[in-house]
Amino acid sequence: MGLLSDPNRRRALTNLLTRLNTPICVVCYLAGLAWFMGLAFEPFTLRTYMSENAMGSTMVEERFPAGERALATGREFAAHKRKVGGMPVDWLVKTMQARGLEVYTQRFSRTLPFPDENKERYIVHGTNVYGILRAPRAPRTEALVLTAPCTEGNNNHQAVGLLLGLAQYFRNQVYWAKDIIFLVNEHDLIGMQAWLEGYHHTNITGMDWTPLQGRGGSIQAALSLELSSDVITSLDLVLEGLNGQLPNLDLANLFYAFCQKIDILCTIQGKLQRSDWDTPSGYTHAAQTMMLMVMKQASGRPWGDHGLFLRYHIEAATIKGINSFRQYKTDATTIGRLLEGMFRKLNNLLERLHQSYFFYLMPSLSHFVSIGYYMPAFGLLAVILLLRVSSFNTFSLEAHALDLWVQLGTPPPGTEDGVGGMEQSSSPSVLSILTPVVISHMTGAALFTLPIRSQEMAVEHFPVSETEAVVLTAIAIYTAGLALPHNTHKFLAGEGTEKGWRVLKLVALLYLAVLLGCTALINFSLGFILALTLVPVAAFITPHVPKAFSATVMVLLSPGFTLLYCVFVYQELQESPVSLAEGWILFLSVISQGILDHSLYGSLVYPLLALFIYPCWLLFWNILFWK
Amino acid sequence: MAARFSVTFLLACVALCNLQVYHVSGDLDQAKREPESFTEPNEVPVDEKLEKPSNEPPIVTDSKPIEEAQDDRQWQATEEEAMAKPEPGDDTAPPPPFKDEFKEELVIRPLQSGDVYASFQFSTLWDTDFVQGKRVSHYHLFPKSLGQVISKFSIRELHISFTQGFWRTMQWGQPFLPSPPGAELWVWFQDTVTDVDGAWKELTNVLSGIFCASLNFIDSTNTVQPTASFKPLGLGNVTDSRFLRYAMLPREIVCTENLTPWKKLLPCGSKAGLAVLLKSEKLFHSSFHSEAVHIRPVCQDAECKEPSWELRQTLNVVFDVYTSGQGKKEWSLFKMFSRTLTEACPLSSSSKVYVDVTDNPEGELFDLLPVSPLLDQAVVLGDRRTYVVYDLTNRDTFGSTRSLNLLVRWKADGGEMMRPLLHSERYVAGFGLQTGEIHTLIYNYHPYRAYPVLLMETVPWYLRLYIHTLTVTSKSKENKPSYIHYQPSKDRLRPHLLEMLVQLPPNSVTEVTVQFERALLKWTEYTPDPNHGFYVGSSVISALVPSMVAMDTNNTQERPLFSSFFPCKEESSYFARVYTEPLLVNLPTPDFSMPYNVICLTCTVVAVGYGSFYNLLTRTFQVEEPSPGLAKRLANVIRRWRGVPEL
Repeated sequence: MGLLSDPNRRRALTNLLTRLNTPICVVCYLAGLAWFMGLAFEPFTLRTYMSENAMGSTMVEERFPAGERALATGREFAAHKRKVGGMPVDWLVKTMQARGLEVYTQRFSRTLPFPDENKERYIVHGTNVYGILRAPRAPRTEALVLTAPCTEGNNNHQAVGLLLGLAQYFRNQVYWAKDIIFLVNEHDLIGMQAWLEGYHHTNITGMDWTPLQGRGGSIQAALSLELSSDVITSLDLVLEGLNGQLPNLDLANLFYAFCQKIDILCTIQGKLQRSDWDTPSGYTHAAQTMMLMVMKQASGRPWGDHGLFLRYHIEAATIKGINSFRQYKTDATTIGRLLEGMFRKLNNLLERLHQSYFFYLMPSLSHFVSIGYYMPAFGLLAVILLLRVSSFNTFSLEAHALDLWVQLGTPPPGTEDGVGGMEQSSSPSVLSILTPVVISHMTGAALFTLPIRSQEMAVEHFPVSETEAVVLTAIAIYTAGLALPHNTHKFLAGEGTEKGWRVLKLVALLYLAVLLGCTALINFSLGFILALTLVPVAAFITPHVPKAFSATVMVLLSPGFTLLYCVFVYQELQESPVSLAEGWILFLSVISQGILDHSLYGSLVYPLLALFIYPCWLLFWNILFWK
Repeated sequence: MAARFSVTFLLACVALCNLQVYHVSGDLDQAKREPESFTEPNEVPVDEKLEKPSNEPPIVTDSKPIEEAQDDRQWQATEEEAMAKPEPGDDTAPPPPFKDEFKEELVIRPLQSGDVYASFQFSTLWDTDFVQGKRVSHYHLFPKSLGQVISKFSIRELHISFTQGFWRTMQWGQPFLPSPPGAELWVWFQDTVTDVDGAWKELTNVLSGIFCASLNFIDSTNTVQPTASFKPLGLGNVTDSRFLRYAMLPREIVCTENLTPWKKLLPCGSKAGLAVLLKSEKLFHSSFHSEAVHIRPVCQDAECKEPSWELRQTLNVVFDVYTSGQGKKEWSLFKMFSRTLTEACPLSSSSKVYVDVTDNPEGELFDLLPVSPLLDQAVVLGDRRTYVVYDLTNRDTFGSTRSLNLLVRWKADGGEMMRPLLHSERYVAGFGLQTGEIHTLIYNYHPYRAYPVLLMETVPWYLRLYIHTLTVTSKSKENKPSYIHYQPSKDRLRPHLLEMLVQLPPNSVTEVTVQFERALLKWTEYTPDPNHGFYVGSSVISALVPSMVAMDTNNTQERPLFSSFFPCKEESSYFARVYTEPLLVNLPTPDFSMPYNVICLTCTVVAVGYGSFYNLLTRTFQVEEPSPGLAKRLANVIRRWRGVPEL
């Protein structure tokens, strides 16, 4: 930094940056991308290892014997469920009581802001049933949770059966040091949300629920179980939770360690791990796994019932049984033993899981990329924004960005044209900058609030359902926003000046840099995907580039289209590619799900996009059409 | 460390003391164990024992077994009667040199949940006075280690309990002696003590040695002086809370190392009598375990001119028969304790086993073997209970095998338990590491009677209570406490103390909430495992609960009509104390495992980043004159030295 204190050398550096700005930016962008793709390459990543002492060295012997009986219980559950036509509450209460648990129920109801067409629900009433197995000598201070969602239709009976079987088996063991809560929640995530809010006596999302009667103290860890067939071929671990939060890596390590021990095929993102990392196909496989994780994390939605636990600082994961008709079969007893082992190790915990990483990506179950490795990829993209800030300032204000601040500190000599000129020109431009900023943010606010509020009106006037109304209103406001801001100059007294758009761009660049930086810290994947598309736009947009071509590029790189690409890429990675029409339908449902996730569970992706990212993009749009 | 150091010494003392007792008592217990003697000295006069006819309903009488610890009035009445009786017996036996007496008792109650509750009570009474200036140096049944503690620290009353597990009121009903998880100690000092805090500090350290527990962690940050919740249980009605100290250690783990010194306080140790059952490998293999010592002065006789000291040692344990018995509910003494009874403690004047058979009046639920002819009925905790009594001082009790192994065979599933009238629950609401809310729910299940309860909450200073957010609601209406005593905390000095007298409406839930903020601790103040969380001790709910007997309207046929019109005052309510769950609260915790990384990062950021930017932003730049040559500088030095203006 002594470099910057010396005016001569500083000037030299500035000149270098100015002259080579564009190549440097291009190199940074490519380097960021390459770095990111390199993360999936096995030699660059770390092997997972158990950090938590209490779970690492202790030996656990799994003896769960009653897999078949658990499946029978599951079938009984299914029969009762069919008979009642929903959650068989009475039967569950009785069965849990017979297994020696303290049983409680919780009723909840929730009216969705608009009908959820994916799951076909609008007004939701349900009951959660949970039983607490009290640890013999612990004073109700700590608890572990095992949940199995009671979903509609004909699946997940096996999970409930196994849960009850485990409850019965755990009841006969003496080593429990933490209470174990067995929860069967109705209406999957909504029930889970109601139960968690009831347990912690908070109300974030305005749901109605009856207060819980029994508790087990602070919950240390939770596992959610989803099984849909009697025999499975592999177990899939789902980690991505609300707002891209992840559980402590030790939970994944624990699962992996037991899968290895009991010899169960385990996957993450539905992908087995391969040992041929040095072949192109092996690398592609790892890259696909990682990209899937990035996509899921970026979506900010809970990908299983565990996702909602993370808000309460409870480490949780979902274990999904997959039956892909491979040769290798695993029966319920083995899964029971796996869960028994995991619970016994969690039971050994002295402290909350905190030793291992909370921020990571997993290209395979045995390897992970920690925050220290993936952040540079984002950093390389973000540095472009800062480089642009410095570069175009040298043209317009004849001062380096840092220079600018330095010179502001000195008394203005008055004769120097740089500082004096800027001060004269910036005072009229305050209004011309503020107007687009305010208008874009109001558009953003409209995009955030109007779709839900105006759905009734839309339904009255157009032949659409409520859900379509919400989604189409959102798209309409989004599109209308493109037309709005560049007309704002007509309301201003003077035309926009050359310096005006430069200051506006300075503001927009800094704004975007801060936004993306903050987002990437909380949810790296979301920050990185947004940076990938927004940074090129932000870097190269000026009023002097060819209008039609740039406008097309900008629209194609706008947040909305990013979402569309993500839908296609995700389907591609899932190895179930979709046609354009199907993709469009998916895109619409993704928008409605995003809005629902926000209002039901408090996901922050939709507000972030609507209130900040989209207005910020509009600012650049505004610069393109600066007159 | 000091506590642990003194342990061995004190243990040695205790052991020695017990040995002596054993020797001295050799011939004395011969005298006591005359064949006739078992009939009398400890029996309450009104108590009649009848042979149980095989098919007629048992004739029962109203004696009050010793476990009615909660009700003061009944307590003392029993004592007085018991004390008054031995006088006529003195004619036949030689006057004992020590006017002391030891009784032991075991109450077994099969619980509806399938568990078995066993409660041991050992009581030593001594007609002496530790505090009236007399130096007591000869000890007989009373443990010397405790006697010395009483006289040295001028203690009026001492109550200490060690508990592992949590009493599940909703499944098990009320315990005879409630206790909170962890360790609890409360002491009333004599009003002659001037430096109560000093005495308390020293006392906790001494007790820590005697009981081999971490009581030395009791300091001013977890000691409070409750104004209303803890009244003396013995003689004297001094209620100036300046002489009371109360502390709770919710994190204390109770194990064999605490049981052994506790057993050594017994006159027979664990060698004879009921105490042979106290084998730690079984006692700690249970759902609940609590051992306690209570010392208090009681009346010597009906006139109550002289006090006498009572040492009450209790041990409560709940066995999960289901788990240990491979799913069967059958239990026996041998199964539970891996021992059977063969004799009473030779030093005891009374040694009995009670089994609660209230739910099994006709023997339709279970068979209890061997059959005992003695029945006893008592009102315990507001409920009329029937007990089968086994008198261990009677040789016939042991039968031909010379050992007593109580055995229960279940014939049918147990009925519904009567829901306890008072129940409570406590939890922390909210998420995140900044604020939270403590919710205390108090349930009154009485169908038509309201009654007041005293709620006492002690919260450590690092949870900063926002007392203005305190709300008490029952039936969704505000419930104004008639008495509130709040002592705010001082950082690192003393905890919050909140005492309230709340009226519970009938059949209602009363919710007490108060918000708190989590403080940032200094980094040396964290416990070794900070991510486990920090404990907040149980809150204490004390109440006079309307009795079930008074509630019972169908009971008229069993009692004479003239006795049943007005509710009997004495039985109309009973004292109950309920402890809530302790809380485990996470405080904001630094990542202790990464100090090196943190130091490196911080230093780098400060030195390189912040330093140079600060430098850039605050420095004024100006063109520097080319530096003068060496000759000129030399000349300037010389000129300065001469006092001439520089070049």
